[in-house]
Amino acid sequence: MTENRIVCRNLTKIFHGIHAKQDVVACEDISIEIQPGEFVTVIGPSGCGKTSLLYMIAGFEQKTSGMILVDGKSVQSPGPDRAVVFQEFALFPWLTLRQNIEFGPRERGIQNDVMREHVNSMLRTVGLTAAESRYPHELSAGMRQRAALARVLVNEPKILLMDEPFAALDAQTRSTLQAELGRLAKLLNLTILFITHSVEEAVLLGDRVLAMSARPGRIIEDLAINLPRPRDPTSPAFNEYRRHVDLLLEQATRTAADTETTAN
Amino acid sequence: MTEQITSFTDRPSTGEREALIRAPVWLRKLALRFLVPVIFLIAWQAVTALAPTPSLPSPREVVDSWLVWIFGPRLQLQWYSGTWIEYVLLSLRRVLAGFAIAATAGVTFGLVLGWYALIHDLFDGVINFLRAIPTTAWVPFAVFFFGIHETAAIFLIAFGSFFPIVINVAGAARQTPRTLVRAALMLGTKPRNIIWRVVLRAALPAIFTSLRLGLGLAWVLVIVSEMLAVQGGLGYALWSAYQFNRLDLIVAAIVSVGCLGLASDKFLELLSMHALKWQRGLTGR
Ligand SMILES: Nc1ncnc2c1ncn2[C@@H]1O[C@H](COP(=O)(O)OP(=O)(O)OP(=O)(O)O)[C@@H](O)[C@H]1O
Ligand SMILES: [Mg+2]
Repeated sequence: MTENRIVCRNLTKIFHGIHAKQDVVACEDISIEIQPGEFVTVIGPSGCGKTSLLYMIAGFEQKTSGMILVDGKSVQSPGPDRAVVFQEFALFPWLTLRQNIEFGPRERGIQNDVMREHVNSMLRTVGLTAAESRYPHELSAGMRQRAALARVLVNEPKILLMDEPFAALDAQTRSTLQAELGRLAKLLNLTILFITHSVEEAVLLGDRVLAMSARPGRIIEDLAINLPRPRDPTSPAFNEYRRHVDLLLEQATRTAADTETTAN
Repeated sequence: MTEQITSFTDRPSTGEREALIRAPVWLRKLALRFLVPVIFLIAWQAVTALAPTPSLPSPREVVDSWLVWIFGPRLQLQWYSGTWIEYVLLSLRRVLAGFAIAATAGVTFGLVLGWYALIHDLFDGVINFLRAIPTTAWVPFAVFFFGIHETAAIFLIAFGSFFPIVINVAGAARQTPRTLVRAALMLGTKPRNIIWRVVLRAALPAIFTSLRLGLGLAWVLVIVSEMLAVQGGLGYALWSAYQFNRLDLIVAAIVSVGCLGLASDKFLELLSMHALKWQRGLTGR
């Protein structure tokens, strides 16, 4: 029971509008248990509350009801034990790429020469050494995404919360980084909650895939992917999983359309 | 053919070539900038030459009086001879002292006011009330309180230019992007340090704008307080020139103030370009 790294129980998030009519139920009655070292991917229709769920675990948003435990302790506020890669990068525009990556180690008071070495190897890992003195707006979207990843990995977090981190990448870079992330996850025994829109990515990376319904977001299936790694996306077994998740999402989107029409 | 090739290799390198092409553009810009003032001066000189009146001095007369004011011998009871440098330094010192206080207090308090909701609720009303009072209305108070003394002038300058700085900085601090604050928190920044690590940096463009506004106001207030509350300085010269009926000296003092104001603003602009070099290519066209 206490060996779970992340536990959510009956978690609900309501964003309150100006009028009660405008209240938005972003997540409803979500219960998840994630063990240390597990790689969990979350997939669901746009606007179903995936980011809201992630932000509650990160400590950015207050939950409306329910419970969130990280290592047995209730989550109250953000902290460096839970690294976040944002959907919109959120690099500091006034810092160069290198300074952005140095931000975390500096805040934690790491010695300068140790830090420099870590940052150098991190820059190499994400292939950004040549761009280290550029400002974020001078980088391509894919480079920014890699920078955002490097910025948190350099802190050696135990938990990594990622919001569609590879959405803006070309296929080649994406598969390189997917492989790299998979390797690092096992190497550092990272616990990862990974939001994606791509069914293939969800099945490729996840030990488990959580499928969410349209708003109000609920977990409609918690699917364990029992495939050996590295996974081959062209294998029949992989395709079997993919078809299953595709079907789930199709249903989720269709029921959403139905409820919309009955509501109106 | 061969000639073409040699001439090609003899050409200056790309950098030099660009410099050659740019120089005339740069010169043209400079010439354009001075075109209007020069035409104005010629017109002024023409008017005073064609229809001389005792009340309107010609540019020549202004320059002559100005030279006396700068280089003339220092004489008892003749403030308009040889005192220019001293007066400029006096005004400059008052502006710098007042503005330094206003800038430090305004930026610090503005950040705190904008960032912490409780402080905002506590002080917002008071600040808006004080801001509604024109600074000149404080002149009698300052003189009553400090006497005809440097502190009166510095108080007025600091107090007056504090408000545009504090209001603008507070507004910018409130606009800090939430994701950047969250990013810093999850990277390990302590909540009480967010104001320095994120809010200050995100507000920096607005801070520089507010400092330039404040500096402009500081020059207004130094002239006002030298006219009314303290001795010496360019405002004092302006008022004395008026009392002596010396329009030539009034003009010389006005142009002096203009040059100093422009130079100090240029300095702040250069400083801001340096501090905000990350913004290059991020904003505007
Ligand atoms: N701060 C907020 N205030 C009010 N409503 C919000 C807020 N943040 C999100 N919402 C609403 O909550 C719902 C879920 O949003 P969320 O960002 O979690 O969706 P998502 O699943 O991440 O979507 P996407 O896949 O498009 O990123 C949406 O309807 C959204 O409009
Ligand atoms: Mg989202």
